[in-house]
Amino acid sequence: MTATYEAIATTTTASNATTVTFSSIPATYTDLVLICAYGTSSAGSNAPYIEYNSNAYTGNLYSSTRLRGNGTAASSSRRTNDPFYITDGIIPSGSVNETLSVIQIMNYSNTTTFKSTLLRNNQAGSGTETLAALWRKTEAISTITLKNLSTYYFIDGSTFTLFGIKAE
Amino acid sequence: VSPILGIWASQNYVRVTNSFESIATVTVGSGGAANVEFTSIPSTYTHLQVRILARSTRTTSETDYMNVTLNSDTGANYSYHYLQGDGSSAAAGASASINQAYSSYIGSDGASNSNIFGVNILDLLDYANTNKNTTFRFLGGMDNNGTGGKVALMSDAWYNTNAVTSIKFAPSTGSFKQYSSFALYGIKGA
Repeated sequence: MTATYEAIATTTTASNATTVTFSSIPATYTDLVLICAYGTSSAGSNAPYIEYNSNAYTGNLYSSTRLRGNGTAASSSRRTNDPFYITDGIIPSGSVNETLSVIQIMNYSNTTTFKSTLLRNNQAGSGTETLAALWRKTEAISTITLKNLSTYYFIDGSTFTLFGIKAE
Repeated sequence: VSPILGIWASQNYVRVTNSFESIATVTVGSGGAANVEFTSIPSTYTHLQVRILARSTRTTSETDYMNVTLNSDTGANYSYHYLQGDGSSAAAGASASINQAYSSYIGSDGASNSNIFGVNILDLLDYANTNKNTTFRFLGGMDNNGTGGKVALMSDAWYNTNAVTSIKFAPSTGSFKQYSSFALYGIKGA
């Protein structure tokens, strides 16, 4: 039995970066895990979102079902034919408080099924949530881009680490 | 100073860790499978994780879920709590003294497209400890780009102090479809 959980790449943002991109992701793993510890200049519904594969984005290829607790109540929401927002309304304005997102991209390299993603978010000042997302493409994922809307950006020092998990 | 509009991650940083190991993987073939079972699981790890991509032949709903039994025990020795969202509301529930545990949601033939599978991550903690009962959890869900998608957190318990040596998954209805995949990993302690 061999070790199967490997760090592929990591980045720390600087100079008000609006995007973070992991490219040329090898297809040699089974699942990917992206661990994000970040703040953004955005707020409310203007959350960062994910695109899979460069130049492949059209918003209507994504959808998601979300479960959230905000300290008062639990709720659920859905986006259809809409971008895959990492967080959806739990980021406080101008946050320098860290949001933790663990993004599980399952069977990313198979070419037979649509790609499903599980996500857990923790934002101590606003709430916690989990999400199941769908990208309706069967192609392997080789690029992951996290983007802010408009002119929003990641707070300097935000960290993003991509891991690969290999099944044998 | 002009802002940097994008950051490309370093691609030259690969660090191999030694505590997360692949034990076994099952991918369902063209004939489907009534169940998937891992047997003879070694007790040399601290925790187990199973990463699942699954779809069943159920047609009465967009989603399905899995019945889960440990060590072939089908007695009334399980309980669960769950918290789920269906895209419009959240719900919680529980049950005790039942004959199997349950997973979170997987895909089914009721989904809008045959390429949609659900995903689950099972964490089975301290599975070889014979001093206490076994607790495990699922994070999982399936999105259908519309009605029927669900996401859920599931907590399960098995009221037995034996070390877990086998885990069996079966869809609540029908069988697993081709390309369903189950990967068992062991996590070692220091």
